[in-house]
Amino acid sequence: MADHKIGKIKSIAGPLVIAKDMRGCEMYEVVRVGQEGLMGETIKLIEDLAYIQVYEDTTGLKPGEEVARTGAPLSVELGPGIITNFYDGIQRPLLGIKNQVGDYITRGVNVPGLDPEKKWDFTPTVKRGDRLVEGDIIGEVQESKVISHKIMVPPGIHGRVIEIKSGSFTVDEPMAILDDRGERQAITMKQKWPVRVGRHFKEKLDPEVPLLTGQRIYDTFFPIAKGGTAAIPGGFGTGKTVSQHQLAKWADSQVVVYVGCGERGNEMTEVLLTFPELDDPNTGEKLMERSTLIANTSNMPVAAREASIYTGVTIAEYYRDMGYNVALMADSTSRWAEALREISGRLEEMPGEEGFPAYLGTRLADFYERAGRVVTLGGEKRFGSVSIIGAVSPPGGDFSEPVAQNTLRVVSAFWALDTNLADRRHFPAINWLTSYSLYLDFVKPWYDKNIDREFQTLRGEMMAVLEKEAELQEIVQLVGQDALPESDRALLEVARMIREDYLQQHAYHEIDSYCSKEKQYLMLKVIMRFYQEVKGAIESGIVASRITAMKIKDEIARMKYIPNPDFPRRYEKVIKSIAGEFESLRNQR
Amino acid sequence: MKEKAKDIKAREYRSVTQVAGPLMIVEGVEEVAYAELVYIRTPEGGNRMGQVLESQENVAVVQVFEGTRGLDTEQTRVRFSGDIMRISLSKEILGRSFDGLGRPIDGGPEIIPEARLPITGAAINPTARAYPNEFIQTGVSTIDGMNTLVRGQKLPIFSGSGLPHNELAAQIARQAKVLGSEEPFSVIFAGMGITHEEANFFMNSFESTGALERIVSFINLADDPAIERIITPRMALTAAEFLAFDYNTHVLVILTDMTNYCEALREISSAREEVPGRRGYPGYMYTDLASNYERAGRIRGKKGSITQMPILSMPDDDITHPVPDLTGYITEGQFVLSRELHRKGVYPPVDVLPSLSRLMNEGIGEGRTRADHLGVSDQCYSAYAEGRDVRSLVAVVGEEALSERDRLNLRFADIFEERFVNQGADENRTIEQTLDLGWELLSMLPAGELKRIDEKYIKQYYKKGSQVKAGEQ
Repeated sequence: MADHKIGKIKSIAGPLVIAKDMRGCEMYEVVRVGQEGLMGETIKLIEDLAYIQVYEDTTGLKPGEEVARTGAPLSVELGPGIITNFYDGIQRPLLGIKNQVGDYITRGVNVPGLDPEKKWDFTPTVKRGDRLVEGDIIGEVQESKVISHKIMVPPGIHGRVIEIKSGSFTVDEPMAILDDRGERQAITMKQKWPVRVGRHFKEKLDPEVPLLTGQRIYDTFFPIAKGGTAAIPGGFGTGKTVSQHQLAKWADSQVVVYVGCGERGNEMTEVLLTFPELDDPNTGEKLMERSTLIANTSNMPVAAREASIYTGVTIAEYYRDMGYNVALMADSTSRWAEALREISGRLEEMPGEEGFPAYLGTRLADFYERAGRVVTLGGEKRFGSVSIIGAVSPPGGDFSEPVAQNTLRVVSAFWALDTNLADRRHFPAINWLTSYSLYLDFVKPWYDKNIDREFQTLRGEMMAVLEKEAELQEIVQLVGQDALPESDRALLEVARMIREDYLQQHAYHEIDSYCSKEKQYLMLKVIMRFYQEVKGAIESGIVASRITAMKIKDEIARMKYIPNPDFPRRYEKVIKSIAGEFESLRNQR
Repeated sequence: MKEKAKDIKAREYRSVTQVAGPLMIVEGVEEVAYAELVYIRTPEGGNRMGQVLESQENVAVVQVFEGTRGLDTEQTRVRFSGDIMRISLSKEILGRSFDGLGRPIDGGPEIIPEARLPITGAAINPTARAYPNEFIQTGVSTIDGMNTLVRGQKLPIFSGSGLPHNELAAQIARQAKVLGSEEPFSVIFAGMGITHEEANFFMNSFESTGALERIVSFINLADDPAIERIITPRMALTAAEFLAFDYNTHVLVILTDMTNYCEALREISSAREEVPGRRGYPGYMYTDLASNYERAGRIRGKKGSITQMPILSMPDDDITHPVPDLTGYITEGQFVLSRELHRKGVYPPVDVLPSLSRLMNEGIGEGRTRADHLGVSDQCYSAYAEGRDVRSLVAVVGEEALSERDRLNLRFADIFEERFVNQGADENRTIEQTLDLGWELLSMLPAGELKRIDEKYIKQYYKKGSQVKAGEQ
């Protein structure tokens, strides 16, 4: 039977359309549905029926309308113009949509991911006669103030350069021609890549370099590595989104891909308004100069929400291939999973736990596995990484639900947000007792070399104080603080200091928002010094209430507000004050 | 919004083959559009409305808004309108009352439409949104002082049966204003499954302040068909968008009770034999709720705004129930009412601790409210939280075991509830009054304990000598 290029709608229910006369259509092929040419993707095939998830609102469609095949899977356009852009879930620029149809997103809008008109200045880095393989860099384009966009030989192409030009080109004009085994291959700045397939690389490496975030709770206690994966689960109001924004702002990755997946419209607007204003501590330029945003808010079509994280990770991989460290934030993967559930329900698939499809775990694992630190394709050895940080929104804040559980199985750092902490306005509300990071050992050599050998030891001791505190709190709940020995009461004082003066970090405070690794180390040392002095004082018979009343505690509490560069100088002073005040405490007896 | 599907002609059929629950299946139909509006004529000659839920070749699944009682498989006539559901709008809707499907119930004339807009509404492009940051003074201290509402925000009230959420909502609707602007809010009130009493309460409350001419109400009563409730908030929000963005009006939308709306959603889902999510609610409830809640906000270059205040009753006061839970994930904060405070006689019984306004920081401070606002709010919050902790501790260890500091905080928590949270249902406090009251209470604590407030504000506002010794009544 012959392949059909055009089929007809058989039925419509929500985002799911079934089309007939579709024999020959491939799984995950993109189709255009109805008179308005709504974009959709086939997700199930039976005989000549194709089940299509439609990325736009299906209101008004009727049986009998045409469905046109495109012959290609859902792909993104890769090339200069992605950075500083703002896309929907299927890589349509939101500003472009606004220019075409106004303030509301209506249907059937077609805007290409990369501006076909815009000219980019291309500087070649290869010359005629060079032999190139796939992934080799042939030249550069200054894409934004901080990102130099490397133009690479597209996958599957090898050969000798027979022509290379410099100058201004659009993304569709060839700047180079390669002789690939006798065939002339024109190379443009634009590549296309199917979003559901990971981009290729040579080798995956161990995650040994930390992704520094400037946030004390992560960097010190639960680090994530470059190329690593982390999950932030938490009920509403626990600060998932603020945490994600903080990571996007301050993490020392060169490129940030922020995917707002089924979340609030105003939040995306906030990102859109603040990123072009905020300074990036690593480059001194604005954050937007290294960021791209993908927004599919909760009231935009659910099928496009399902696609949005793949669009995001494919873009992230593309910049990784240029040799950049890329961080991808997905807020929230639960909304993505719900989109999956909705489509699965419409397909009448047998449901797994809580109505989610049985393949939820596999899909999540596939997604997180696209993170990693790799040796990229290409002749010379190039390193790049994609780190993925996914927010999870468990119903009722209950982590036993399927999305949180399946995520836990695949991620290596787990930052558990806690409603109780949030209610106390302890932010970031990350529970230090239930969170973990499997990267601690991987990144230890790096910390030893670049901060201090003592750093992770200090971390261990602080952690021990916090754990002891949790134990003691149980006793206090039962019998009151008076029943504790002096040494334990003093320890509670130290634990409180760690919680309030170290773990709590003010995201909206000009200085405290970002804490350098040097400052983190010195702050730890201050608290450690205080702890040791306390131990000494208690041994020499000083009561805990005297320690509670010490003035130096206020000075320690204000440490976080001291600017990063001034800190080493001030550190000496604080240490001196600690020693002095304990000295006089001992003398008073 | 683009005009859709003009070529679909109206067609009438008598081929109903199945009626079950709120659904009806019509066979032998041609070219029925998804989500098409349907008119139904019952064998007795009554008229009803419905909407296509699923369209197949020759078969259409229709949800009937006004219930399926009296429909049959022989004489019932079904007319497919060739259009989707729309609402007729003009400036004249102000001061009018409609039923859950948008038909006048106040005895007034039909609306002569300036526009007939589809009720589903499209998503606002995030690049077109303006970030909400204009302070709304509600005159209620716990809201203005602790969890400030701003124009364009969606902030629900999580309540329980028997709690005074209606009183609070009505008070906010009466008193809400933006400082430095005389322009009052227009209020759109959508009642879903509410009782006659509740509906009357709102109407009387609006009437008593002479505010009726800036109110539009859409009311689906408890004894009206449940399925109609799916449409009611959409009608109200379409009207809100029309007033806000075509007529530059600041609109406050009150949606009550969203729990009833979700029940209606569940009813349809189970009638369609869909795979249920948590507690039998459909898996797409998050998306469905978002399609309503996200219709709040401001648009760049437009003067008007839509502020939403949905009210929902938490079954069994359980905040983890799917309705409040999914709502909390979409809205920009929540006010949580507490049964305990209500029992103590505190009005409004807003529990400050789990309540939250995510957009507060943008709307307060110098030039908007007062420079010390954030500090006062943080400090009150933290002292109150500590006091509440102590309160639960006292129950176990007794008051003797408390430290001086704990006793002060405990006392602060009591007085905070008594004087700051508690206020009259008609008491309209200005933001200055609220903040001054905050300082009066904070002055109970030693100035050194006020670590969350900038020194200079402590110097300016702290009232020396008003310190209450612990234990003193």
